[in-house]
Amino acid sequence: MMMNMTAARPLSPQPTAPDAIVEIRGISKTYGADVEALRNIDLDLPRGKLTSLLGPSGCGKTTLLKIVAGLIPPSAGTVRVAGKLVEGPGPERAFVFQDFALMPWATVLRNVAFGLELRGVGRAEREETARRYIAEVGLVGFEQKYPHELSGGMRQRVGLARALSVDAEVLLLDEPFSAVDEQNRRKFQEDLIRLRSTQNKTFIFVTHSIEEAVYLSDRIVLLSPRPGRISGIVEPNIDRSGNPDDIRRDQRYLDAVEEIWQGLRKYVE
Amino acid sequence: MTIFGFRIPIMASLIVWAILWDIVGRLDLVFLLPPFSEVLGAAVDLVQTPSWQTATVTTLRSFVVGMGLSIVVGIPLGFLMGRVRLADDLLGMWVNIFSSAPLSALVPVLMILFGFGERTIVAAVFLFSVWIIVLDTRAGILHVSPSLVEMARSYGASRKALYGKILLWAALPEILAGVRLGLIRGVKGVVIGQLLVAIVGYGALFETFSRNFRMAQFWALTIILFAFAMVVAELIERVERKVEYYAGAR
Repeated sequence: MMMNMTAARPLSPQPTAPDAIVEIRGISKTYGADVEALRNIDLDLPRGKLTSLLGPSGCGKTTLLKIVAGLIPPSAGTVRVAGKLVEGPGPERAFVFQDFALMPWATVLRNVAFGLELRGVGRAEREETARRYIAEVGLVGFEQKYPHELSGGMRQRVGLARALSVDAEVLLLDEPFSAVDEQNRRKFQEDLIRLRSTQNKTFIFVTHSIEEAVYLSDRIVLLSPRPGRISGIVEPNIDRSGNPDDIRRDQRYLDAVEEIWQGLRKYVE
Repeated sequence: MTIFGFRIPIMASLIVWAILWDIVGRLDLVFLLPPFSEVLGAAVDLVQTPSWQTATVTTLRSFVVGMGLSIVVGIPLGFLMGRVRLADDLLGMWVNIFSSAPLSALVPVLMILFGFGERTIVAAVFLFSVWIIVLDTRAGILHVSPSLVEMARSYGASRKALYGKILLWAALPEILAGVRLGLIRGVKGVVIGQLLVAIVGYGALFETFSRNFRMAQFWALTIILFAFAMVVAELIERVERKVEYYAGAR
């Protein structure tokens, strides 16, 4: 077994990795009087890695991501990003939305440059940066198109380019492929692996797809539902330097998928 | 519409009705209805009279000022109600009552408040048009996708940027629909106001024409007003279609 399984072992206190860029301590979130979304989450996310938050619906994975993003205040606990306490959104974090969250009245170019526009970067400079990342995600020639003229997969590429162009250290992706059709999703996943090797960034990725999590992640945090708690951490250790198609046939990939499914199946039965 | 394979423009049906009107008018059944050709002739004569021209300037001025006020007050009020729960709770009931109330009944009160002049007309235009603008703007703001607001926040948008770069644009289709409906109601306001005051602009003309049974002029003036309302609404609708096109995929 080449997998590094820490699942099923008690997880608090988390081993504090020395290279952690995101430190989550004692995070709980309760909606209203009695809806407990998250209970006492302790988690370190290593710098430069792609960590997935994986779990069935209702496990609070999106809530946890939005707490890290500073979009939702936690009921208890703290989040530090690069040592700094999170009290709201900040320039070191960029968010990619499940429903893309593009401005329908703006072109691809303006949408991608929007994060920089909000930071007061001059037009020429921000558009130059935007064009670079539009090329990076493979959308050259679509700069002047409007979102409704693009497919779902292309729209999410715009969302990703927007997040990349603000040059944040941490990218937060909230089920970015769930509104994208299967063929485009696979292509997009391959592109994300390639992007990861060129962009020196930390990715936090929320998904409900086991295959997607194993395919992409260095580290998978399994969350159990109602209330959301960490039920295990899996590090698949897959070599992604070769042909992306080989990953899905890699024994470690298949083992990790099976392992996670065995861990999660009790929540759906 | 096509008849026998020929494409007929939509407005063509108006010609049928005009001809019908002319025939009925020529039959001399009711003196209220002169032939349509006579009405058209009267319209041509009417627009050349100084009294019509002065009345038009007065009417347009009241209309433009009243509508301007409505837009300047209505859109921010709609924003406030869409964003602040307390404002919505406090004002919602009143805006809804006023938007569906028979406001003509209030014009005499306006006369007491603002006197027998243009100010009453401006107030009437405002009173008729502002509520629908408030309601539609509010609806537009409430329908802005929450993730678009989160997106702006997560990329560090200031309050000003959130309103000016996101909310205003995202709600623009509804705001424009409100302005279009407001304009139509504003025409109602200007006419009813002037009719009740009866010494200003078109109200004075209507009064003169109907008191002296000058029906051709009376209808000519009516048609001019209808045409004005339709043209204004059509213009806004064109802008709306353009906006809908970009905002369509929300």
